Amino acid sequence: MSPEVFHLPDVGEGLVEAEIVAWKVAIGDTIALNQPLVDIETAKATVELPSPYAGTVTALHGAVGDVVEVGAPLVEVATALDGSAPLGELAETAASTGRPAVLVGYGVAADAPVASRRRRRGAPDSPPAAVVPPTPVAPVSRVAGPVRTTPPVRLYAKQHGVDLATVTGTGREGIVTRADVERALARPAAPSAPRTAPAPAPATSLAGRPVASWSEGPLEEHIPVRGVLRSMAEAMTQSAFSTPQAAVWVRVDATRTVELLESLRQRPAFAGSRLSPLAIVAMAVVDGARRFPAINSTFDAAAQEVVIRRRVNLGVAAATPRGLIVPNVKAADTLGLTEMTAALSALVDAARAGTTTPEAMLHTTITITNVGPFAVDGAVPILPPGTSAILAVGQVARRPWVVGDAVVPRHTVDLSMAFDHRHVDGALASAFIAHVGRFLEDPAPALIAP
Amino acid sequence: MADELVQLLSPEGQRVDHPDYECSLDDTAILGLYRDMVIVRRICNEATALQRQGQLALWAPVQGQEAAQIGSGRALAPGDFVFPSYREHGVAWTRGIPPADMLRIFRATETGGWDPQRYHCNLPTIVLGDQVPHAVGYAMGIQRDGAEEAAMVFFGDGASSQGDVMESFVWAASFMAPVVFVLQNNQWAISEPTSLQTKIPLYRRADGFGFPGVRVDGNDVLAVYEVSRRALERAREGGGPTLIEAYTYRMGAHTTSDDPTRYRVDAEVEVWRHRDPIERVKALLAREHAVRSSTFEEVAAEAEAIAQALRADVLAMDAPPATDMFDDVYAEPHPWTEAGRAEVLAFAEEAR
Ligand SMILES: Cc1ncc(C[n+]2csc(CCOP(=O)(O)OP(=O)(O)O)c2C)c(N)n1
Ligand SMILES: [Mg+2]
Repeated sequence: MSPEVFHLPDVGEGLVEAEIVAWKVAIGDTIALNQPLVDIETAKATVELPSPYAGTVTALHGAVGDVVEVGAPLVEVATALDGSAPLGELAETAASTGRPAVLVGYGVAADAPVASRRRRRGAPDSPPAAVVPPTPVAPVSRVAGPVRTTPPVRLYAKQHGVDLATVTGTGREGIVTRADVERALARPAAPSAPRTAPAPAPATSLAGRPVASWSEGPLEEHIPVRGVLRSMAEAMTQSAFSTPQAAVWVRVDATRTVELLESLRQRPAFAGSRLSPLAIVAMAVVDGARRFPAINSTFDAAAQEVVIRRRVNLGVAAATPRGLIVPNVKAADTLGLTEMTAALSALVDAARAGTTTPEAMLHTTITITNVGPFAVDGAVPILPPGTSAILAVGQVARRPWVVGDAVVPRHTVDLSMAFDHRHVDGALASAFIAHVGRFLEDPAPALIAP
Repeated sequence: MADELVQLLSPEGQRVDHPDYECSLDDTAILGLYRDMVIVRRICNEATALQRQGQLALWAPVQGQEAAQIGSGRALAPGDFVFPSYREHGVAWTRGIPPADMLRIFRATETGGWDPQRYHCNLPTIVLGDQVPHAVGYAMGIQRDGAEEAAMVFFGDGASSQGDVMESFVWAASFMAPVVFVLQNNQWAISEPTSLQTKIPLYRRADGFGFPGVRVDGNDVLAVYEVSRRALERAREGGGPTLIEAYTYRMGAHTTSDDPTRYRVDAEVEVWRHRDPIERVKALLAREHAVRSSTFEEVAAEAEAIAQALRADVLAMDAPPATDMFDDVYAEPHPWTEAGRAEVLAFAEEAR
């Protein structure tokens, strides 16, 4: 008896593909009807697919991380003798229908985010979408944008190798009809039209929203304050106008930190991990909080009390394709360097892939913002609401440094910190940042015996 | 807030007294409500699985709201008329609508699914709030017929922000229309929390229109039943409209296309899990009415059989001709729908 094949259905009103997140069954497993088979992630949601068949799993198509097209075989099941239900036509047709209307709720975003770690099955890994210039599709003479026609005509043209952009539409409002394509087919082949140069990538962006370049944008551009941009605006306004903030800064010689990182990178425990100065700074901040608990606190104006927390949820300001978010490493004070490195990598990966959960952004107690990657020396940050200190870390660079009586090149870094001056005074802030600085100047002993 | 909430059964399954409402149901009736809720949840789970298997285009889960729907639905008299939104599978069940018929619209093989006149239950309305003026209009019709019936209309906390709903409140109040507004406040409108829709508890909006508003524990089927029964009686007797805010929670996703973990925290879902509408009735039945575990097993088995039959029915539903959608727009042929029909046929011809 040939096995029943479960094809990947369109589980989200107009999706064309999904990524395999986790298999729940293995080949040879006996499964029941509706037993969970696999977790998949689509542009809309991560969902569990239950089996439409009872029987024995005979094949799994695709590995974790693979992107499977809607309608492609996913699982094969040898069913019991009583037979099993046939699959209908919904799964097979969904892929070709583009973006149908949505019954309840809003549709699939036209530019649904694509997680950078996705790879298409059988295709080589491609660089993240953002850096790939869009493939030109329209000849110079036409205004960019899709040719107006109907899906069956589009299919017909594709099947016959007709470039719709070269066909003049005679239908209502100039849409291309099947007859137009047939006429184009009858015509002797013309040399193909010249192609446009790739469209430039957006010249810049504003909190994750693309902004057109100077020459291409309108005279005055209005960008709605929504989503991450709105959260950022609200949080910063609330912080700036509710909390008197002051700042301290210090320049430190981080040469030993740089050297330590280099030697640790050789070790198997850190193989494959992204060990960066940020991890050492994170350890330093946690150590500082342990030494000066009052810095890891909240000024509760309503209750007229200061809440000191002996648990560090370490916020890390992350610039993501959608804008600034501040997820945190929970209970960072319980982590060693290896775990901290792993936790930071996971946090950054999630932020980049757009999978940061709301939970990951709750209850931050203290924050680091790493501005070094932007090639600046330092920043005066604004506190995330509800916290009392945010440390900015500038770029680590070789700069002249006085050692004894000589000026020598050393790896130095500028640390700056904004603090809630209602309850944190200059003395406490200075003591804390100095402690973090000393940690970076000589990290090994501090890491070994915190 | 707690004292504003009408509750007759605590989340732990303890009977609670309320000064204005008394439980009028006997053991058998309570067991009946329990059975309804278990079956509706099972139907919902099967529909979700069918969607995940590519057999439905979409599904709007009702999980968590069973008591709000069964309690109000079972308080209806056969002659009353229901105007549901898209999530009222529990109400549809109380109207006797076959589960397979509830799924037709979600399989996209029909634009409706049942005959509204037969079940005294209108078709699911997806445009938020649209069904509310429909219900008020129907209720005003009842008045003109001099019938002793009521209309009951269901909408959500999100839909409560629609202008149509406000206008409906005005008309219902002005004409003392025999209508009961059931607002299921399930705390979320897709990804927007109720706090965004209103600055005051929603039931208090009724004050401004001049009719009673009641907030009931929407996860307490006994309380929902009693509050609904009182409101329906009042409507049928000419007392005018009532707004019932059933305070509940959408345990699942907004629809199968939604991923709630992106906008709400697990801790919140956990809190509501402890307020499950089914578990508390089960606890009451087992503890105070000596219902045996075999009875609960029978109910579960019955729900399972209904789910299996539903699966078979759904898999047997074939796609209708595309021009079907023009058939029931107007009672008689209309030039616009006929033009549309011709266009679809021409389109199909292009695709040949
Ligand atoms: C007029 C209108 N606007 C927007 C939508 C899209 N939409 C569908 S459901 C929904 C949320 C409704 O929330 P609520 O009324 O609380 O009902 P629930 O889904 O929670 O049962 C929205 C905005 C719609 N269907 N109709
Ligand atoms: Mg709602």
